[in-house]
Amino acid sequence: MYFNVFGEKVSKGRFKQMVNAFKNRQELIAAGLTSRRDLLKLGLLSASGMLLAKHGLSARAQTATTPTSTSPGSFNLCLPGNQAASPTTRAFVEPLPIMPLAQTVPVSSLSPAPTIAPNTAGGEVRAASHQAPLLNPSMFPFPPPRVYQVRQHAIQAVQSPDLPTQTIWAFDDGFHATSPGPTYRANYGVPQLVRNINALPPANQNGGFGMPSVTTHLHNGHTPSESDGNPCDFYPSGNFCDQYYPNVLAGFSFDHRPTGDINESLSTLWYHDHRVDFTAQNTYKGLLGFYCLFNQFDTGDETTGFRLPSFPQFDIPLAFADKVYDPTTGLLAFDLFNLDGILGDKFLVNGKIQPFLQVQPRRYRFRLLDTGPSRFYEFFLTDPNHLGANNPFFVIANDGNLLPAPVQVTSVRIGVAERVDVIIDFSSFAGKTLYLENRLRQINGMGPVPPQGLVPGQVECSDAFGNLLSDILPAGQGNLLLQFRVSGTKVVDNSVNPMLDHPTFYALPDTTATPRVTRTFQFDRLNGQWSINGQFMDCNHFRFLVQQNSVENWILFNATGDWTHPIHIHLEEHQILSRNRVPPPLAVEHSRKDVTQLRQNERVLLFFRFRDWLGKYPLHCHNVIHEDHAMMGLWNVQPQGDTVLRP
Amino acid sequence: MTDLRESARRRYFPDLTLRTQDDKEVRFYDDLIKGKIVTINFFYSKCEDVCPIVTSNLVKVQELLGDQVGRKVFMYSFSLKPKEDTPKAMKEYAEMHGVRPGWTFLTGKPEDLELLRRKLGFTTPDLRADKDVTNHTGNIRYGNEPFMLWGACPGMADPQWIAESVEWMVRPDAVHLPHEHTPAHPDAPRPEHRHHERPAA
Ligand SMILES: [Cu+2]
Repeated sequence: MYFNVFGEKVSKGRFKQMVNAFKNRQELIAAGLTSRRDLLKLGLLSASGMLLAKHGLSARAQTATTPTSTSPGSFNLCLPGNQAASPTTRAFVEPLPIMPLAQTVPVSSLSPAPTIAPNTAGGEVRAASHQAPLLNPSMFPFPPPRVYQVRQHAIQAVQSPDLPTQTIWAFDDGFHATSPGPTYRANYGVPQLVRNINALPPANQNGGFGMPSVTTHLHNGHTPSESDGNPCDFYPSGNFCDQYYPNVLAGFSFDHRPTGDINESLSTLWYHDHRVDFTAQNTYKGLLGFYCLFNQFDTGDETTGFRLPSFPQFDIPLAFADKVYDPTTGLLAFDLFNLDGILGDKFLVNGKIQPFLQVQPRRYRFRLLDTGPSRFYEFFLTDPNHLGANNPFFVIANDGNLLPAPVQVTSVRIGVAERVDVIIDFSSFAGKTLYLENRLRQINGMGPVPPQGLVPGQVECSDAFGNLLSDILPAGQGNLLLQFRVSGTKVVDNSVNPMLDHPTFYALPDTTATPRVTRTFQFDRLNGQWSINGQFMDCNHFRFLVQQNSVENWILFNATGDWTHPIHIHLEEHQILSRNRVPPPLAVEHSRKDVTQLRQNERVLLFFRFRDWLGKYPLHCHNVIHEDHAMMGLWNVQPQGDTVLRP
Repeated sequence: MTDLRESARRRYFPDLTLRTQDDKEVRFYDDLIKGKIVTINFFYSKCEDVCPIVTSNLVKVQELLGDQVGRKVFMYSFSLKPKEDTPKAMKEYAEMHGVRPGWTFLTGKPEDLELLRRKLGFTTPDLRADKDVTNHTGNIRYGNEPFMLWGACPGMADPQWIAESVEWMVRPDAVHLPHEHTPAHPDAPRPEHRHHERPAA
């Protein structure tokens, strides 16, 4: 049986037609033909709004037929999921939104005044007293030097001029209410407190999806548990939580006293709602933003430290999201009963569908973030006039952690919640138009199509004619996400040139220490739910105890075969020691990580040092649909740990 | 009814005619879903592996929710094998497990139940695994139709946790104070039977 994205039964013929229409639309967008009028004029759009098969527009259109369950050589991974059918939107007509910088407020403006113990009577919902000021009040004063107050509430937003105004959920620092929310410019050594107020509308006004109950996680923060935004620490509208971010390097209280290990410096963090069972809906509705952390090396000033492009003018966070809009109303739609993963057919950057960005012919740092819900991306820089050209750029950070040195690539792949910081040098493209393009072929919630011919016996996808389908689409035939319009006028560029200056950043912390325990986590699907070691998410149960200030190795094992899971672990970063017993082949994976892609049939070995803070934290799949369907577990850092091997 | 509720109805809740364990005819949307807070799972009465665990868990959930069940909260179990799950067979199954009023077992035309299963997302994209009905027995959807709030939790989870999840639908604006993070050591009784999802042979 075949179904469309709205779950309606359709015939096999109709399904093929939809799949073709979807592909055609991708191609037409690439060709710049996106308005309804253009399409009608060219006879490519039927009266019902369905794109007509358009043999001849490109060679691919003639052969790209969908594999079906009966065609030889095809596998489930190669079967498209329900095809999205959002209304047509024009591309590259609106500028890329740049999120405003979050503004501090005087602590005296907070009412009630912040307290170290949770002020439950005053409406605060927090699991415990602030650890940091209790541990070291001179290092972590209370209140800290920077204080913010944000409210989460509904706003009206235009995500495309061709769609109606959308009601989404935003963060409001008192100066700007946006989604993605205001970007924090945080500094090591400057602790901060964020009063996070839930001012979302009542549950019966959620606009079709979303739970107005929140807990905001600072993703990759070395954060005390009570401020981490644990999925179980959610609170309803009218309540608040004070989150204390120490902005301190890991190891400060243990093996790198007193200030921590500089090689554990973090730079690109993000914050997002983490409400247990409802993270997918709430983040899809807009509850996320960036948190950029600077220090004496990564200064945000291209004339000092590592001399990375200056923030925020030449250092730009980019939040990628794929979404679906109801074909009749044009309103943002969320598939409430999806179990596998949601793929959208509209691509947003910083809250706009396919925006453009005017850039100068110089180096920029972009912080690329996959906000999900389920899609993986492989980013390429595409010059539409030279589709055959490789346009290299530099990856400087993985998951917001600066690499030992920049790595030159022609593409980089990330999964949900992963980040890469890249440096793109536009100086040789003055006066041209370029695109950031996602060329990864992903057709359902399981993950990207596997690469061809690499692993004997591995699933490969083919079309109806038996031609193997590559995981990478040809240049110009992927999803054009963001248009760069490079101005022609030469400008000054004081930033480091990765090509000529050969900069180095942070060394990787040593991973040879003997682990106190090696634990194994099997990620699986059990009877229609996602599980870890046969267990499901439950806020009332902790799975195991990690010993404070200890080293552990974790084995992540993918028991779901063809699925790819982006696995996220809170509190401390990890390093990937091996994938299927060999060190990761990609240079960019020789890095510190907080999300690791657990790919098809993989066993991945990770190295951890759990330091400084106590309390409960989760590990989970960051395909947020899997996460909300129980692929998550709680653990706890305590002075005395356990040695449960398969918790 | 708002447009949004209407479009959710069109997308997910076909108004099919079903039959209860008391051999009563009911409409899926009008009688079971519209205006209600519900739990939804799929089962079949001869299922020996997972369904009995889920059902006995749900019996405990029903106890924990107390007299809300049948008044505020309505529990539904839909048959995966409607041909063999006659009203009589379902009634025996319900009685055997000590199911009390407020929890309805439903059967009907096989193609109708199959459509419901797909609409409500009790599926897997692996076509062979999808044919093995036991793969659809572990999931519990919970929701508040007028509020358009829908979530899911595992049928093999601790009944206390399932009941808490359902309570969110009853009182979405209630404060639940989080557990402090000084833990009791992991000591939860864990269900022993696990059905690993595999394609049918
Ligand atoms: Cu997953």
